[in-house]
Amino acid sequence: MGGTKLKLQRIQWFQVVLALAVVIAVAGCAKKKVTPPTPVPPPPPPAPTAMLAANPNTIVAGQASTLTWTTDFASSITIDGIGKVDPIGSMKVTPNESTTYHLVAKNDTATKEATARITVTPAASAPPPTSSSTGDESNARLFSQNVKDVFFELDSYEISPQYEAVIQANGRFLQQHSAMSFVIEGHCDERGSIEYNLALGENRAQATKQALTQAGVSATRIRTISYGKEKPFCTESTDACWQQNRRAHFAYSK
Amino acid sequence: MKRLAAIILSLFLASVAFAAPPQDWIRTGTGLGVEKIRLAVPDFKPAANDPESKKLATTFSTTLWNDLQAAGIFDMVSASFYPLSAPGTPQDVKLSEWEAPPPNANMLAFGNAGVQGGSLTVQGWLFDVKNAQSPQVLGKQYHEQASEDNARLIAHRFADEIIFRLGGGIQGIAESKIYFVSSRGGSKEIWQMDYDGANQKQLTHLGTIALSPHVSPDGSRIAYAGISNTEWQILMYSLELNRPVNFTRFAGTNLSPAWSSDGKSLAFSSSRSGDSEIYVVDISGGEVRRLTNTKGPDVSPSWNPKTNAQIAWVSGRTGLPQIYTMASDGTNVVRMTEQGYAVSPSWSPNGQFLAFAWVRHYGPGEPGASDIYVMDVASKQWVQLTHDGGRNDFPSWSPDGRHIVFQSNRTGKTQIWSMLADGSQARQLTTAGENSQPNWSFK
Repeated sequence: MGGTKLKLQRIQWFQVVLALAVVIAVAGCAKKKVTPPTPVPPPPPPAPTAMLAANPNTIVAGQASTLTWTTDFASSITIDGIGKVDPIGSMKVTPNESTTYHLVAKNDTATKEATARITVTPAASAPPPTSSSTGDESNARLFSQNVKDVFFELDSYEISPQYEAVIQANGRFLQQHSAMSFVIEGHCDERGSIEYNLALGENRAQATKQALTQAGVSATRIRTISYGKEKPFCTESTDACWQQNRRAHFAYSK
Repeated sequence: MKRLAAIILSLFLASVAFAAPPQDWIRTGTGLGVEKIRLAVPDFKPAANDPESKKLATTFSTTLWNDLQAAGIFDMVSASFYPLSAPGTPQDVKLSEWEAPPPNANMLAFGNAGVQGGSLTVQGWLFDVKNAQSPQVLGKQYHEQASEDNARLIAHRFADEIIFRLGGGIQGIAESKIYFVSSRGGSKEIWQMDYDGANQKQLTHLGTIALSPHVSPDGSRIAYAGISNTEWQILMYSLELNRPVNFTRFAGTNLSPAWSSDGKSLAFSSSRSGDSEIYVVDISGGEVRRLTNTKGPDVSPSWNPKTNAQIAWVSGRTGLPQIYTMASDGTNVVRMTEQGYAVSPSWSPNGQFLAFAWVRHYGPGEPGASDIYVMDVASKQWVQLTHDGGRNDFPSWSPDGRHIVFQSNRTGKTQIWSMLADGSQARQLTTAGENSQPNWSFK
């Protein structure tokens, strides 16, 4: 009894599938356009691809970093400040200040750009915490050497356990330098919506501020701003780049 | 039997997977079988032979054609089917030429345009081709100072008359405006354009970042979010004075302003409490009311313009952003989307639908296209409107509720597009630089 019913159902189901297949095939056919057999000009070259990376991407002034790039299908490849380069190559650079290298790969079809940033920290050894009255510029340098950014998971504004230690270290430094005030900038990667990312970046900045005040830093020294995805640190559409952009960045103000 | 069914099934699946290109999909909807009015619109005749008359007659004719085409209620008779001589006045019209194939027209719009003494005169008629006894449905005459802008303006007005007459009383949108963000000058600023992409001009010169323009219901000013003195504030730009005007400053980061349709209230997102939440403030100043009270980003409010009794917005309270609705006093919270990444709600003028942007399957390894959807608020049933890939975001309804403007990067750069509210007739409105966050005027 159950067997026949099952079989019957199977046949009906089979008919439905067949009917669907016919319907879809017909719908598909109706959409097809007949192209006249005119001679086709040779297809334009495919759009170029380009990748540019710096290793390491943070150096102390005087040290060297290596730029590595890979491009495909490009007829002209230039890096700003360096000039024309081979399609694939690498080069040692020793920038004196933080620099964003900008590669442009072109052919007749399109232009593809790639960037890599090398952050240069000054070579001067950190003065002891007691001599913090050496002017604003050295304070800014001291701040950027010691206060580290916090990075976030995708669509999250929670500070993950691995960055608790960063917050604690930042907190110790800022307690020792109690005259410094600063901005926490909330940043997001390029995916998702402009407005939502601004709100998310705000929550990242606020969560970082809250963690820092719990670590003993007075809230009156901290200003926050969200840049959402408006001011990315890295402009490639790669996981590594997106990770770089999901951050709370600390900027010295005075 | 079982094996045969399995073979057929796999063949069927294979044919679906390989025969159909990825953008192939089946359109469903109501009214698809309804026959549209076949409308013939021959170029308006220059009333005089001078170059100015010819130029403005051409501008007028192009604009009129595009407006009527964009309305989506006409089957526009291809110009190649027209009789050789276009009529400039009713005396020139031979109805039989338009009624017979190939034009096979139901309606005929025609007329003439000319410049005399610096003033542009346009005479336009609409004839019912099948009614030989008294064919005239509409006869109009317009005078304006002679200029390209005025030729377009007159065309918009005449198009709206035709749409109103033949569309069962729908208000035309040809004179409506779209406000948007453009970075073509360097920094992101607020711009405006006509609904068809013409007349693009920069409004704000903030110099930092200006985002999220929302025009007031009376069209007199624009609320937007901008960085002012190192803070995100709700800022105002007067379209009557053509300059920024003061508005209350709030503590914290303030984003995404939205006008109620009575022009009395502004909903926005603020982090004054340390967490982004939705607030409402009276335009005249006065109390700021907090509507949401849950940890996580809350942003992008949109009023139900029919009643102003409800607000839709985006909340990240459960992780990924989802669309919610609530009463405008903050009670009766309803979650509208259950999965993916749903943002940018825009409530339709009739109060029935929400348009929004949705990445339905979001996360690592997922294709991640963001598309425009429309949801029926009462039943939560939704329809996908865009199918062309890329990131589509920030839908905004036209005043007649029949069109949606949105941003898309389907061609590479982010640009403003418009389409009919069933997803058909998509057309690109901007090309210079990158353009985003369009907002369609209330009228």
